[in-house]
Amino acid sequence: MAQAAQSIDPAASAEQPSAVVLGGVTKRFSNGTTAIADLDLAVRQGEFLSLLGPSGCGKSTVLRLVAGLIEPSAGTIRRPDEQNADRDIGFVFQEPTLMPWASAFTNVWLPLRLRGVSKRAARDRVMEALDGVGLAAFAGSYPRELSGGMKMRVSIARALVTEPRLLLLDEPFAALDEITRFRLNNDLLELWGRFGFTVVFVTHSVFESVYLSSRIAVMAARPGRIIRTLTVDEPYPRTDAFRTTPHYGELCNETSAALLLAMEEGRPA
Amino acid sequence: MGEAEASGRSRAERFDRLARWLLPLLVVVAIVFGWHLVVVVNEIPPYILPGPGTVFATLVKDWPILSGALVNTLAITTLALIVATLGGVGLAILFSQSRLVEYSFFPIAVVLQVTPIVAVFPLINIYVDNTTAKLLICAWIVAFFPILSNTTLGLNSADRNLHALFHLYGASRWQTLRHLRLPAAMPYFLGGLRIAGGLSLIGAVVAEFVAGTAGFGSGLAFRIIEAGYRLNTARMFAALILISAAGVAIYLVLSLASHLILRKWHESAIGRER
Ligand SMILES: Nc1ncnc2c1ncn2[C@@H]1O[C@H](COP(=O)(O)OP(=O)(O)O)[C@@H](O)[C@H]1O
Ligand SMILES: [Mg+2]
Repeated sequence: MAQAAQSIDPAASAEQPSAVVLGGVTKRFSNGTTAIADLDLAVRQGEFLSLLGPSGCGKSTVLRLVAGLIEPSAGTIRRPDEQNADRDIGFVFQEPTLMPWASAFTNVWLPLRLRGVSKRAARDRVMEALDGVGLAAFAGSYPRELSGGMKMRVSIARALVTEPRLLLLDEPFAALDEITRFRLNNDLLELWGRFGFTVVFVTHSVFESVYLSSRIAVMAARPGRIIRTLTVDEPYPRTDAFRTTPHYGELCNETSAALLLAMEEGRPA
Repeated sequence: MGEAEASGRSRAERFDRLARWLLPLLVVVAIVFGWHLVVVVNEIPPYILPGPGTVFATLVKDWPILSGALVNTLAITTLALIVATLGGVGLAILFSQSRLVEYSFFPIAVVLQVTPIVAVFPLINIYVDNTTAKLLICAWIVAFFPILSNTTLGLNSADRNLHALFHLYGASRWQTLRHLRLPAAMPYFLGGLRIAGGLSLIGAVVAEFVAGTAGFGSGLAFRIIEAGYRLNTARMFAALILISAAGVAIYLVLSLASHLILRKWHESAIGRER
């Protein structure tokens, strides 16, 4: 599965240009909650960045800000390379968020359809996207006929059908069983290696973030902020064998310690 | 799981399915037979209470008159349901485009709904000349509200994250309506439609009672009144049976349509796992 994956040296990616730059971003909701405060973050082009933190620390808010679904109260969000920034993003939610009344094909067709691409013109790209997640045979199936993991695959295919430069995922595998999650982790890495898009991946799992990411930003709550970034110096492609290496264990320990610290800091006084 | 247990369950299932048809049928047969007994034993004259046999004979004998009336009543009911659907869905879409429009007009729709139509009808009678139009307005007022309120609810029930996705991909208002809000509203609309079907019939019959239309274009309600004046009780029963049958048929047709439309995806139409 991972044969085509690119080999990225995480240390070298520090010189990569930025895909997204958040400068002093604060988000206050209308009910007075300050979800994130004065947050700086530069997402490098082509990297796999995880946002790791306890729930309620503002991870989803960061993702929604980057996607342009909500506006910051203060600060700037720039996408240096894109003229048409909001049209070049794929978004995967924690739930598959499929239209239950439409087949897998029609669900994946949606982003193209909204841009005026006819079914006939979209067919090849939609089938390619479904094939990429191993679901070409299920194009005609309705969401209720698919398992949780398959629904999530359709959701990923939908996000990738526009060939976005930036893929945002908000705890996409949190609701799945461990076996399915591991498999989808590998599939996601394989797609990332094949297409070379930039990934921002939200998770609250230390193990998942270490396995997947080239870099991990650890967040603390109240107010949401990044307290530490860690580089995962394990080259790609990574396989399940990585999960059993001592190096993986060390990285997980280090990341856990950072997360613990984040939870200490975010504890209400 | 043992084979005996499995076969026991399938037998129970088969019995269940049979009972669902057989039991109501038995009850109906018992009622009809009881009715027959009461009439025969007490020697009740047919102008007070005709027996089931007499009613059935009248149904056959008067079929030319009654079938014409049935067609007229059904025509008004169908027309009213179509207009109620167009009006209800149209208003719901209008409401969904702007909160302010909804705030402005929803209370008026509620007022229309809660005012008994029988009390409003004499006014309609003054202002509208055409009989068909009178009946139609009446049936429409009674039937459009469940469609309006259900569809309004449905249009606002689409998943928030799907809305976010549409926003992300720059969907227009029309695209969001067409590809997200209308499909999400479909099960709610169909539920409203099923209620409105019955109400259209009630509206059509009530309007006719109040309007007292005669001659060409008169429906079942008029035939009941007319037969009442002539002490033709058997025909009253026959017409009543036809109205009930029409109501049941409307409900079944709309339920079937709803099932066919939703069977691919909606929980209500999928049934229990086997
Ligand atoms: N739409 C909203 N309105 C008000 N408060 C919100 C809204 N969305 C999130 N919040 C608050 O902002 C904080 C961060 O939320 P979120 O970004 O969802 O955290 P996470 O994804 O890390 O669990 C939480 O305290 C949450 O209650
Ligand atoms: Mg979240």
